[in-house]
Amino acid sequence: MTIRVTMTVNGEPLTADDVWEGESLLHVLRERLGLPGSKNACEQGECGSCTVLLGGEVVCACLVGAGQAEGADIVTVEGLGDGEQLATIQQTFVAAGAVQCGFCTPGLLITAFDLLNRDPDPSDATIREALAGNLCRCTGYEKILDAVRLAAERAR
Amino acid sequence: MEFFRPTSLAEACQLKSEHPDAVPLCGGTDVMVDINFDRRRPDALLDLTGVRELYEWSRYDSHVRVGAAVPYTTIIKELSADAPGLAIASRTVGSPQIRNRGSVGGNLGSASPAGDALPPLLAVDAVVETVSATNRRRIPIHEFFLGPKRNALQPDELIAAVHAPVAGGPQQFAKVGTRNAMVIAVCSFSLALHPDTGRVGTGIGSAAPTPLAATQAEDFLSAELADRWTGPAELPDDVVRRFGELVAGAASPIDDVRGTADYRRHALAILARRTLTWTWAEHIRRAQ
Repeated sequence: MTIRVTMTVNGEPLTADDVWEGESLLHVLRERLGLPGSKNACEQGECGSCTVLLGGEVVCACLVGAGQAEGADIVTVEGLGDGEQLATIQQTFVAAGAVQCGFCTPGLLITAFDLLNRDPDPSDATIREALAGNLCRCTGYEKILDAVRLAAERAR
Repeated sequence: MEFFRPTSLAEACQLKSEHPDAVPLCGGTDVMVDINFDRRRPDALLDLTGVRELYEWSRYDSHVRVGAAVPYTTIIKELSADAPGLAIASRTVGSPQIRNRGSVGGNLGSASPAGDALPPLLAVDAVVETVSATNRRRIPIHEFFLGPKRNALQPDELIAAVHAPVAGGPQQFAKVGTRNAMVIAVCSFSLALHPDTGRVGTGIGSAAPTPLAATQAEDFLSAELADRWTGPAELPDDVVRRFGELVAGAASPIDDVRGTADYRRHALAILARRTLTWTWAEHIRRAQ
């Protein structure tokens, strides 16, 4: 048996058919809806590379059952920019050199985007705590912190 | 596999009684991991995210009733005054992503000795409210854990809520791990002072087959504090030390990938001393 899942992704209503009931939202996004921006790494909620906004909250898409996303409003990294124009947080990740291999970047962008929406002027401790669920094995995080600070500055 | 999406608790209970093997799924922070790794292939999933009443909490008399699906993020934001031990523990659960989805109902359902929410619930003598199509039960938390990842739920029952008295004194939670975030506890400890009843409550995590209370340590400390609640002063070192020893002695830890039994006992004694020092200092501050 399979299910059909309909959700709004980056403002667009999308439907996936023949979804296995045990499948994750991440798998649906990547393999069925052609949105491979959210990355698949640990599949256990440890790394944050699959972070998306679900109903306006950061979640690990690998831990959301496909059927649980029925009717949900989802934002992935593909939805941050506006056509050709990158979102501020994407621009500052580039400007600060916060991207190396890039695998963690989509999840970090979503998490940082959500943080700055909730707290436009976060302290360093707040940034660190907000990003604690997103692992990066390249950068050592310093440039990522710079990028978030820079985005907060540019928004002022 | 079947996928059920009830929209009320009554409907969820009906489905659970018709399909007792259906696995309740809510935040997915345990169940989805098992499915992703092919450790578990349930015949049916019972998605509880559509059951709004499980996401509500309320205050009644001098208690709080916290719906099984109330996410840790909400507990931190809204229950820090009423249930400070639980709120402090909730802050240490996973990451923001996990705290937005995970809930106390999941910790109780999984019944892992490492569930961060469980020691503070033991320390306040919480009560688990279960519900089925035919029955509603209240199970004292001290009778809820039967073994590693085994609890007192019947196959047709769901966890509806957990009840805890509104804090009458300082509460604390501390845990040991390799980082300050995303850590499964090597061991953890929660302490609640109850000046109103002249008792203290404890909960130990990750250091026995189930979360458990250190009852001897509670009796010892309650007796030591009997004459000290009013006009409190700093506690003598030997009282603090003995409390730590009794807490460590209550545990029955094992060696595993996260730590050795010896280390866990050692660390528990330290966590017990620290949480006692913190909570007693808070009690002194409040008495002034």
